[in-house]
Amino acid sequence: MKTINITVKVWRQENAVALGHFEDYKLTEIDTDMSFLEMLDVMNEGLTLSGEEPLAFDSDCREGICGMCGAVVNGEPHGPVQAVTICQLHMRSFTNDQTLIIEPWRSKAFPVIKDIVVDRSAFDRIISAGGYISVRTGATTDANANLITNNTAEEAMDAAQCIGCGACVAACPNASAMLFVGAKISHLSLLPQGKMECVQRVRKMVTQMDKEGFGSCSNEYECSVSCPKEINISHIARMNRKMIKATLKSVVG
Amino acid sequence: MKLNSNVPKGKLKDKWTQYKFDMKLVNPANKRKFNIIVVGTGLAGASAAASYSELGYNVKVFCIQDSPRRAHSIAAQGGINAAKNYPNDGDSIYRLFYDTIKGGDYRSREANVYRLAEVSNNIVDQCVAQGVPFARDYGGSLSTRSFGGALVSRTFYARGQTGQQLLLGAYGALMKEASGPNLQIFPRREMMELVVHEGKARGIVVRNLINGELESYAADMVVLATGGYGNVYFLSTNAMSSNTSAVWSAHKKGAFFANPCFVQIHPTCMPVHGDYQSKLTLMSESLRNDGRVWVPKKKGDKRHPNDIPENERDYYLENKYPTFGNLVPRDVASRNANEQCELGKGVGNTGLAVYLDFKEATKRIGLEAIKAKYGNLFDMYKQITGKDPYTEPMMIFPAIHYTMGGLWVDYNLMSNLPGLFVLGEANFSDHGANRLGASALMQGLADGYFVAPYTAGNYLAQADNNELTTDHEVFQKAEKAAKEKIEKLLSIKGKRTVDDFHKELGKLLWDNCGIVRKDEDLKKALKEIPKIREEFWKNVIIPGTADSFNQTLERAIRVADFLEMAELMIHDAADRRESCGCHLREESQTNEGEALRKDKKYSYVSAWEFKGVGKEPKLHKEELTFEDVELTQRSYK
Repeated sequence: MKTINITVKVWRQENAVALGHFEDYKLTEIDTDMSFLEMLDVMNEGLTLSGEEPLAFDSDCREGICGMCGAVVNGEPHGPVQAVTICQLHMRSFTNDQTLIIEPWRSKAFPVIKDIVVDRSAFDRIISAGGYISVRTGATTDANANLITNNTAEEAMDAAQCIGCGACVAACPNASAMLFVGAKISHLSLLPQGKMECVQRVRKMVTQMDKEGFGSCSNEYECSVSCPKEINISHIARMNRKMIKATLKSVVG
Repeated sequence: MKLNSNVPKGKLKDKWTQYKFDMKLVNPANKRKFNIIVVGTGLAGASAAASYSELGYNVKVFCIQDSPRRAHSIAAQGGINAAKNYPNDGDSIYRLFYDTIKGGDYRSREANVYRLAEVSNNIVDQCVAQGVPFARDYGGSLSTRSFGGALVSRTFYARGQTGQQLLLGAYGALMKEASGPNLQIFPRREMMELVVHEGKARGIVVRNLINGELESYAADMVVLATGGYGNVYFLSTNAMSSNTSAVWSAHKKGAFFANPCFVQIHPTCMPVHGDYQSKLTLMSESLRNDGRVWVPKKKGDKRHPNDIPENERDYYLENKYPTFGNLVPRDVASRNANEQCELGKGVGNTGLAVYLDFKEATKRIGLEAIKAKYGNLFDMYKQITGKDPYTEPMMIFPAIHYTMGGLWVDYNLMSNLPGLFVLGEANFSDHGANRLGASALMQGLADGYFVAPYTAGNYLAQADNNELTTDHEVFQKAEKAAKEKIEKLLSIKGKRTVDDFHKELGKLLWDNCGIVRKDEDLKKALKEIPKIREEFWKNVIIPGTADSFNQTLERAIRVADFLEMAELMIHDAADRRESCGCHLREESQTNEGEALRKDKKYSYVSAWEFKGVGKEPKLHKEELTFEDVELTQRSYK
């Protein structure tokens, strides 16, 4: 068993309106086989026993799929390892005596609830605006009635993998949500069953995205690099093309 | 009280069709006058809520997470079963029904299981229409694969993320309805109390997890789709927030709890690596198609696995079960791994693991083929353990995975408490004593899309409820009970953390009501659990306040409920002195050491009635009768 000593410098903020600050905690003999969140668990057990309030952080499945966890670690959303969420990041990725600076996602559209827990309900509102196919329960044909090529299904799946964690927004200097929105638009518009309402979908989702206060894309590509599911930047381009089409349609009719 | 399963008369294959016709309907214009509460937004909850809203009911949906999309259905990997018979390999509704009831070791209700198989095909149609990107053949049609317990290829999948894609489909339907007038979503809420008025479920009290406020909601019926209770063991493959509290509060208000000791233990999980471990990660059991399970022949052999020669390895599954070998069902594989570790042959730092070796398969089909089949699983293993399964054997160990037990429901998926519907893993309905792979997703969506929307209408059309609003005293009483519980917890200010208690309980359960159960262990657990519970209520430490975002308090409330329900599991395990499915009683084995089911005595569903904390619960039996299948003893030799 290999262990390391680390300093955790983490954002503490009582609630949405309180002023926040960084707090330092020294942790010794951290097993390098621990996950990043287990390291926080150990820290919290210590804080609890000493009568302090533990660090609030979100996590649920701890398998990298629910999208609940997330923090900026040393400047990088989900930390230094590519294509993983912080629940799948392990302490072997850090070195002895290293300082870990841990911050919440920073974006006007993701207000802090407490410490590094943020409110990402803006994402739900964007999906609710149009990120679905309007089919009622039972109003379907046989699953094999419409053939979809293997390539198309795979491409749609690449986009559909998004876990909605918000790392793309945290990574972007403009706090843009375009990778998140683009991925959903790609997923649905690639499939024949989603093509029908593509125009309204793009228009409604983009309008809601702007309303929520996300910034626009200036081609920094940081979102895609930070994405734990490696969602490709090309989805933003597809969204923009669809949006131009939708705008033209509304102008020309 | 006699339990009535309300299974309609008639031939098995006609029951559901006839029953749907016989149901009372609610006039479309009247639907908006009915309020429905749905708790939980996994496959069952999200699909039910969306479907109710489409029908025109007023729906309020609650979830613990920050978004309905995060429910733990999202983590299901393998796939979803349906009897489409697209591969033309002899599948049918009857075969899916038969496999499920046999897989459950004949401890589930025939009519429910048949209906599940019957609607399975509609589910796949529904999901495709919603845009779920299932895997496809090059010709463009849907692709399937085979899974344990079946000899046909009926599992539809989306890479290793089927649960995610199905849940996002149901979440999409939910969000579509949330944009309309009928449905409202309340995230970051935890159910504290079920409100029962005039004998019927009429509302809930929830805690707003952001500001700690207690909120009451009234309705004409309540749907619980809150998942399983596997986290009672502390370590399981469940998500961190998965808990029993909603279901337990309903149980304490009179809903019967069925088969609580039926807990599935999955054989291929990553072993525990330290006492700080927060959860266990499962790897698809498809690995056992090519991996060979072994332990060193010598006890306590600490050599690196690659240094142990062939003749010093014990491929115990292949030796003991020559016909099925490494592909024995989940319960058999789990039990044997545990046995080897108890013999002192376990491997790794803790001695609680066995090897799963791909060397021979790599030689046989080549490295590229192994990569194509299992690449993502191997990567995940390496990510977590830091070890490379391409060059050394994996280490695996069984882990708590799924709870077949749950609240008792009738054919309508309604509990013995009128107006309380229970869907998905939260009910006991379809999997008997053992669930087959790829059937959990099927059940969740069957319940939510295609069963509960019908049966709820039938109930509401006849409910004749009195007007009830949240200023009624039943709500004030329920809020007061929740408030007192929270205040009491915060006032203890003891010396041990919530997790510390939870780990102690988990270990006690794992050791005494885990893979193998026997009388003396169960008796011991029954003595120990109240002691842990007592100390918890005297010595737990919870920093922070009631009226703020307080995750320690959230966990404490859940653990307080686990400490009560654990006792019920033990009572149930002690009552069932037979081995069936996941439940292996040491006292009930064949001469060859295999599980022995006792149909004459135990062919019933145990439905337990709450009699008070620490008091012996009352057992009600629903006798199971089988008209369409013949009961056989499983053998995998």
